[in-house]
Amino acid sequence: MHFEVRIEVSPRDGIANPEGSTIERALPALGFEMTGNVRVGKVIRLQVEADSVDAAQSLVEDMCNRFLTNPVIEDALVEVLET
Amino acid sequence: MSVAPEDASVHRALGLSDEEYEHIYELLERHPNHLELAMYSVMWSEHCSYKSSKIHLKRLPTDAPWVLVGPGENAGVIDVGDDIAVAIRIESHNHPSAIEPYQGAATGVGGILRDIFTMGARPIAVMDPLRFGPLDDPRSRWIAEGVISGVSGYGNSVGVPTVGGELVFDETYKGNPLVNVLAMGVLPAERLVLGQASGVGNLAILLGASTGRDGIGGVSVLASAGFDENSEDADKRPSVQVGDPFEEKRLLEACLELLDEGLVSGIQDLGGAGITCATSETASRGGAGMDVDVSAIHSREEGMEPFELMTSESQERMLAIVEPQHLERVLEISAQWEITASVIGRVTGNGQLRILNGFDGEVLAELPASTLHDDAPEYDRPIAPPDDLDQRRLTDASQGPVDCVENLLALVCDPSWVYRQYDHQLFLNTVVGPGSDGTLLRLRHPTSGNETGRGLALSTDGNHRWCYVDPYQGTKMVVAEAVMNIACVGAYPLAVVNCLNFGNPEHPEVMWQLSEAVDGMSEACIAFNSPVVGGNVSLYNETNTVDIAPTPVVGVIGMHPTLSEPPPSIGLPPDSPLLLLGQEAGPDASMGGSRWAWEIGGCKDGSLPTFDLAQAVRTAALVAESVQKQRLEAVHDVGEGGIAVAVAEMAIETGVGARLDGYDNHISMFNESGGRVLVVVPSDALEEFLEEAANKKVTAQVIGRTGGSSLEFGPTVKVPLDVLTAASRNKLPEALGQGTISA
Amino acid sequence: MSHRVGVVRFPGTNCEFDTIDAIRTLGGDAEVLWHADPSLKKVDAVVIPGGFAHGDYLRCGAIARFSPVMESVAAFALNGGPVLGICNGFQVLTEAGLLPGALQKNVGMKFLCSMQQIEFVSTENILGKGSTVGDCINIPINHFEGNFVCPPEALAELETQGQIVFRYTDNPNGSTRDIAGICNKDGNVVGMMPHPERATSALLGSTDGTALIQSFLTA
Repeated sequence: MHFEVRIEVSPRDGIANPEGSTIERALPALGFEMTGNVRVGKVIRLQVEADSVDAAQSLVEDMCNRFLTNPVIEDALVEVLET
Repeated sequence: MSVAPEDASVHRALGLSDEEYEHIYELLERHPNHLELAMYSVMWSEHCSYKSSKIHLKRLPTDAPWVLVGPGENAGVIDVGDDIAVAIRIESHNHPSAIEPYQGAATGVGGILRDIFTMGARPIAVMDPLRFGPLDDPRSRWIAEGVISGVSGYGNSVGVPTVGGELVFDETYKGNPLVNVLAMGVLPAERLVLGQASGVGNLAILLGASTGRDGIGGVSVLASAGFDENSEDADKRPSVQVGDPFEEKRLLEACLELLDEGLVSGIQDLGGAGITCATSETASRGGAGMDVDVSAIHSREEGMEPFELMTSESQERMLAIVEPQHLERVLEISAQWEITASVIGRVTGNGQLRILNGFDGEVLAELPASTLHDDAPEYDRPIAPPDDLDQRRLTDASQGPVDCVENLLALVCDPSWVYRQYDHQLFLNTVVGPGSDGTLLRLRHPTSGNETGRGLALSTDGNHRWCYVDPYQGTKMVVAEAVMNIACVGAYPLAVVNCLNFGNPEHPEVMWQLSEAVDGMSEACIAFNSPVVGGNVSLYNETNTVDIAPTPVVGVIGMHPTLSEPPPSIGLPPDSPLLLLGQEAGPDASMGGSRWAWEIGGCKDGSLPTFDLAQAVRTAALVAESVQKQRLEAVHDVGEGGIAVAVAEMAIETGVGARLDGYDNHISMFNESGGRVLVVVPSDALEEFLEEAANKKVTAQVIGRTGGSSLEFGPTVKVPLDVLTAASRNKLPEALGQGTISA
Repeated sequence: MSHRVGVVRFPGTNCEFDTIDAIRTLGGDAEVLWHADPSLKKVDAVVIPGGFAHGDYLRCGAIARFSPVMESVAAFALNGGPVLGICNGFQVLTEAGLLPGALQKNVGMKFLCSMQQIEFVSTENILGKGSTVGDCINIPINHFEGNFVCPPEALAELETQGQIVFRYTDNPNGSTRDIAGICNKDGNVVGMMPHPERATSALLGSTDGTALIQSFLTA
């Protein structure tokens, strides 16, 4: 089966996020009210073939652990959609 | 059959005039089809054809015994001895940077690097003269930040150090920044390659990135049309090109390896006008023709039309001309560097450029290759000085809110916030990097790495204020300033490249500025014995029909013949005499064209101070020689902001002050008389130095003494160094360092 | 010194020849190790130099760690072979798990190329011979991602095991505890953000990197 995958990579809690902090400082300076804690990560989209949603999920989690994220500083949220 | 096409709207939409259409009709002896029209339109655009400026550029000196390749090729090449040749070029990426600052600047760097390695040279230095709208304009700050990040992001990653440049903020660039990029490379002199296709049956191989729809029509849409208020962003965005420095790095290494192994007989980068330009230029330079198979072009998107494939400006592509027996090895090297390579063309003997769908398939276009550039139109556009020129020149530019200390604090600005973002040390050549007068690099043999004991110096300079007030004399002063900058690091000039940034050539005043600038440049280059070996013209720099102030930018390359120790820094040492070399400005020197007049006095008119070019030549020679012989303790060119800003920069550098006598009024502090240099010599060598200056007919006068923790220009004008330093260092971080504001 | 050093070249690496130049100037011998070739060519030491391996795409060092040469480098390191990662090379070593922690973007969100003073915190490693703890040296930095981060337990271990090799005296990038370079427990694998090869010539402004490279060549 063919699956569309969306992986949200975000900085782990407790790990500084310079990009987020910079935006956090810039927003109020532009007059936007906000309550803080901006975190910047990235989204990766890809397609996989697998026998089931669970199989696709575990395949992609493996990709994340080994390659797509650095577990020292990043967490991944995997979303699998059947197409 | 008539000369008029059935539908005149097509060629007009492509930017071709009716006269140009007729010319194409005569060349082909028939009506062109749409693909052919598209090809002529990109090749005959201002950007590719220099049709408005060519007639003037012919007046520039271009010859010298050490010039191996002059203007007209991808880059100029000079012989610097020890079997080393140097390729150098400067280009503008103004309009793309106004729309998408990061990518505009990034692709500007990418494009100029390809021009250098096209010649067989490894690029070893980039310089970036940048000009933006004022710092208090949020959009100008957004453009500045994006451009600087783009130069940094692309240049650092592709692995070529950015070793210098300029940073100017002025109202005139508010809607139209100037992003010029100079690149320099070195090659073994015997390996010089030209962008030629010869040898019937040879293959044209497209190397690098796949061809997409980015930059379709970019040449005519982006580079050859002014901006008006409403269309600023939206409808021009589709043609923005995106740079990939990693692709470029692999392409660069692959191409240099192909050249090392002698596998290519000609090579050409793909820039403006894409494959159309590369195939027609290589063919006509080699006196050959070419069959091009559009179906063989590796493309990024499905269903691209032939005209899109032929005019796309997708980045990071090269065209190599290869004998068939070398094909296999070329493909091997490409694979090693993970570069896509497709055979898209075959060299033919008939001078025709044929665009085919399959080598044996349908002929989509057929035209004489040379007509795309040799027959490009050449215009002698009307020239007229501004109506109010005489009146403007009579204006007294010295009036304004004089407060010498405050004025000085307003004029000092440390650019290190910018150049710290650039890798300026890669390749271990940088003896003097950004932040001084000239850049100085060790000269080593490009393949053996052997040191020559000599150095190459670079400087880029422009001054829109001088050139607005008087484009002729202003340009002379700009060239002199660039030469003086490299003299300060011990070099004499060898050659000049130029980037002529002007407004709309359809305005007679702009053509007058261009013509005057060319004459001034010509005169100065002859005086400094430095031919122009390459250049770029950027016209239509205007916003809502207001032209930018004329901004010819020059890059000067020079030679330090005996480099064993670093040249003196600009920093003041304690307790030594401070000397001014060069023509005396006098107490009533004109303030016209000075930064003080424009930024503090609010006056853009007036006339330039008198300028003695012959003395500037002698002064540069004396300074260069004195630096080479290690006679100076400090040296700094006097440029924008006059003596006050120059000595302030020297004081800030080492935290050592100085006391000047009789410079306590704004005219003597801030006037910008050309051809002057501040030097510090050891006290015990002063007499000898003054004597030598006199012998060489260089005016030299002791104007003060170094030492202390403040800068004094006379009894009443005194500024503590800590105040001065803070004003200089905080300016850019405060304006630009607070995050990006995008609109 | 008869040391032969292998300098790894990934596509996108750009400091390989500078590193080779510096090593040769200091009497060592050096050659390129192509990333796709697992052979280390019997070298005595390995440098993973600076640059932008694989364009730094995805994350710095993330793709490079999967190159064939890296398995050999890991085995070489486990056997006690001297391995020095400079800048991008440091990033590759952390991604490959040969050194703890990770390097993320500078707090100022800007690339930084400048001379930086660093202090020796530990000399019990391949760079420390001839130097003393507390020595301050000037070495250029040149990076966007030099901000060292590390989970608290691992950081405590680095501190207690003497694995912090250098600290910045004036932290330019927000790096945790001013860390500029670290080593593994045995001291034979060092990663540092500053570029010692850029500090080996008086003409170019500093010779403070000489001692580090000389130490490496005799490790």
